[in-house]
Amino acid sequence: MTTHTDIPDTHETLDTSGLLCPLPVYKAGIVLGRLEPGQVLELICTDPGSLEDIPAMARQRGDTLVASEDQGDTQRFWIQKGAS
Amino acid sequence: MTLPAQQPATEAGDETKPKRIALVASKGTLDQAYPPLILATTAASLGWEAGIYFTFYGLDILHQDRFERLRVASLANPAGPIKVPNLLGAVPGATAAATKVMKNWMKGSNMPDVPEFVQMAQGLGVRFFACATTMGVMGVDETDLIDGCDIAGAAAFLDFAADADVQLFV
Repeated sequence: MTTHTDIPDTHETLDTSGLLCPLPVYKAGIVLGRLEPGQVLELICTDPGSLEDIPAMARQRGDTLVASEDQGDTQRFWIQKGAS
Repeated sequence: MTLPAQQPATEAGDETKPKRIALVASKGTLDQAYPPLILATTAASLGWEAGIYFTFYGLDILHQDRFERLRVASLANPAGPIKVPNLLGAVPGATAAATKVMKNWMKGSNMPDVPEFVQMAQGLGVRFFACATTMGVMGVDETDLIDGCDIAGAAAFLDFAADADVQLFV
């Protein structure tokens, strides 16, 4: 198990296990859309593409990927919603 | 006077303008309906503006009576879901069989079907341009299409695409 930085306080958790692209990004985008700036979404993915997709999503949306855990078949991401 | 907090400059140098993707969907087979819908819903999820120009057979993706019944080509599709000699793709039932296999793949992978994807894209504000020329040539009426389409010609789409950061033809 690889852990990057400390796990932050989480405001909402979204489990996208079993879903493939584009559904993790689609569902995460909806949840991030209703969070307040600064709040953190914990996102659970089993899509192997998520290792590249979720950091890209955070970059494109202007959110911040504050932590991630690669647990092999499952990845966990903590995404802090950006200012706008 | 207090100045507002400075936003970090984006690569484009204009922090207020979202990125934009302009897609052309020209194919009306089940397998070719997915890529533009996937790219558009993803782009919209990233906060981009997204628009799809549905033209020629691609217009079936917006057709209320047809978008649930798009099929996979069994002939002249060597990468199709049923691995048989290509000529057998011409036998009666081969298209239906290939379509059934792909639909089962999609269902087994928890992928939405085409009407669901269309609804997801619209829910995220993806713009749907229905090609006016295709409608005229193929006898498609506005009432045949799902609600919320812009009936438009090439100039209107190019006007949208001219300001796009990504343009793709499917």
